[in-house]
Amino acid sequence: MENDKNKAYWSANLRLMFTLLAVWFAVSFGCGILLVDYLDQFRFGGYKLGFWFSQQGSIYVFIALIFVYAWRMNRLDREFGVEEQDEDRS
Amino acid sequence: MSAQVMTYLFVGATFALYIGIAIWSRSASTNEFYVAGGHVNPLANGAATAADWMSAASFLSMAGIIAFEGADGARYLMGWTGGYVLLALLLAPYLRKFSKFTVPDFVGDRYYSQAARLVAVVCVIFISFTYVAGQMRGVGVVFSRFLEVDINTGVVIGMGIVFLYAVLGGMKGITYTQVAQFCVLIFAYLVPAIFISIMLTNNPLPMLGLGSELAGSGEHLLDRLDGLTTELGMSAFTEGSKSTVDMFFITAALMAGTAGLPHVIVRFFTVPRVRDARISAGYALVFIALLYTTAPAVAAFARYNIISNVDGMEYAGAPGWFTKWEDSGLIAWRDKNNDGVVQYRGGNAMSPAAPDFADMRGTSGERLLNNESTSNDNELYIDRDIIVLAHPEIARLPNWVIALVAAGGLAAALSTAAGLLLVISTAVSHDLMKKTFMPGINDRQELMFARIAAALAVGIAGIFGIYPPGFVAEVVAFAFGLAAASFFPVLMLGIFSTRMNKEAAIAGMITGLTFTFGYIVYFKFISPELNNADHWFFGISPEGIGTLGMLLNFAVSMMVMRLTPPPPEEVQRIVENIRVPR
Repeated sequence: MENDKNKAYWSANLRLMFTLLAVWFAVSFGCGILLVDYLDQFRFGGYKLGFWFSQQGSIYVFIALIFVYAWRMNRLDREFGVEEQDEDRS
Repeated sequence: MSAQVMTYLFVGATFALYIGIAIWSRSASTNEFYVAGGHVNPLANGAATAADWMSAASFLSMAGIIAFEGADGARYLMGWTGGYVLLALLLAPYLRKFSKFTVPDFVGDRYYSQAARLVAVVCVIFISFTYVAGQMRGVGVVFSRFLEVDINTGVVIGMGIVFLYAVLGGMKGITYTQVAQFCVLIFAYLVPAIFISIMLTNNPLPMLGLGSELAGSGEHLLDRLDGLTTELGMSAFTEGSKSTVDMFFITAALMAGTAGLPHVIVRFFTVPRVRDARISAGYALVFIALLYTTAPAVAAFARYNIISNVDGMEYAGAPGWFTKWEDSGLIAWRDKNNDGVVQYRGGNAMSPAAPDFADMRGTSGERLLNNESTSNDNELYIDRDIIVLAHPEIARLPNWVIALVAAGGLAAALSTAAGLLLVISTAVSHDLMKKTFMPGINDRQELMFARIAAALAVGIAGIFGIYPPGFVAEVVAFAFGLAAASFFPVLMLGIFSTRMNKEAAIAGMITGLTFTFGYIVYFKFISPELNNADHWFFGISPEGIGTLGMLLNFAVSMMVMRLTPPPPEEVQRIVENIRVPR
């Protein structure tokens, strides 16, 4: 019983993780490196779009990813009843 | 007040602050010495992680590299921030749940093997020492340039300060000094950037100034910079010259390496709960991004300012900063056409590219060089490392800003040095002494060993700073490749696969390390003349080879794991246990 619950929690965690890592890959390796020359023909204010992704945009997305992860995981912890009690470090 | 007096004041005040914190936060137990008792506030840990992470390389060198490389500099910007996503999603929360003191601790227990623990200890010590040598050198350079003391005296003063708070305070002392050092370094980085951004673009935020129009011209800064660089025969600022494959592999190596660096991972052992480890990684990246999104702006502003101030300048009327840095040997000018005017163009001015000064002055008063002239029109050599330090002077900012930058550079170097030294000392006292050779020692004796190891490590780091082995600069960049090829796969598979066993971990680490190490040594030391894209595997430079080493490590681990028996029951239970916070 306990085991099934933990398995379900783990696969929900993995789903969230893979989704976020897909975004992580798309903005940095995708827009910032593989597609940079293509995107550079578009403009974003005073930036070429590819240049903006590789030197500014990807970093902002990384921050958002970690906060989304922390927020969703805290919710998953509560949903599956595995959240920590206070001060359980031995 | 002169810039030098100001610098003494600022540096003195920040040092007094660090020493005060060291005395206030002494450690009384190994738990405090190793993980600050495990109750650091996640926001404070975020700031401490940022200072721990951002070294002399981030503060002093990175903007300089981007200033000269333009678009290619993105590999550092993305590589050194994207790693935090991997750290937050794949490692930090689980390692925090595991709740031990060091990274070799995890490797040793998860892989139920003293051999694996020892391999990990060797990797930790090797990676950390190559890294710390660069920090001590950075301290020496700041001291010699701004306080006009000898580089070696500077290194000794820096050692003394780190000794005080690392040996007395351990992780507890380091954590709170790092919080203070973060505040100093980020303030010191942002203030001149904001000043210069307003001067050039009227926009107070450098990250936005980078994409703004130049004041009074109606032309975007980056477009103007592209125009200027192409006009002078340099490659256009926003266009890269590295191949896509190489950019991909280098960025990936820096990301996985960042996530696998022991001194960053241990910071997440200091927060109370798993939940705090997750959010703390987010705070850390916000603090880091303040500098990392500003750096490309500083780089573009500096490149623009240098081109417009220096090209076509008469040497006789050169500003003070130009001749001062020439005296330090970091700027060199050869008057190829004997017109007394500096021509700044594309290509290296001399061969070899780094200046070799003769003990004589030329007709305009410049330092003469022994190097051969090259056939292009470029007459100027500028060392990349001076950009951040010299830029406030180039832009004619007030003296207190210049002093602030010196204090910030020292904060960045000292905070990283302390974090690395702690990792070295705990690897020795905990993993070697307590867990391997002298399991009988009590907590007090272990703490004493930790302090002795920290003191010794500070000493060795200082010696590296005073007598830098020629290969340090070459090797530091590769610490990441080695961390990516060794630790990252072992830690990740240890969490995400219950089937992962000792044989696979050891085989994987050895494959990843030997391959990466061999490739780097071959191209950097054995046959440096072959070090170009024609001879590289798939066009991957030694800087990016850690990614391939990591993939090999994963492949070998997966294979060996299927051919050998699964790990014991209780180890599989540990893995299931670290996956849930409670």
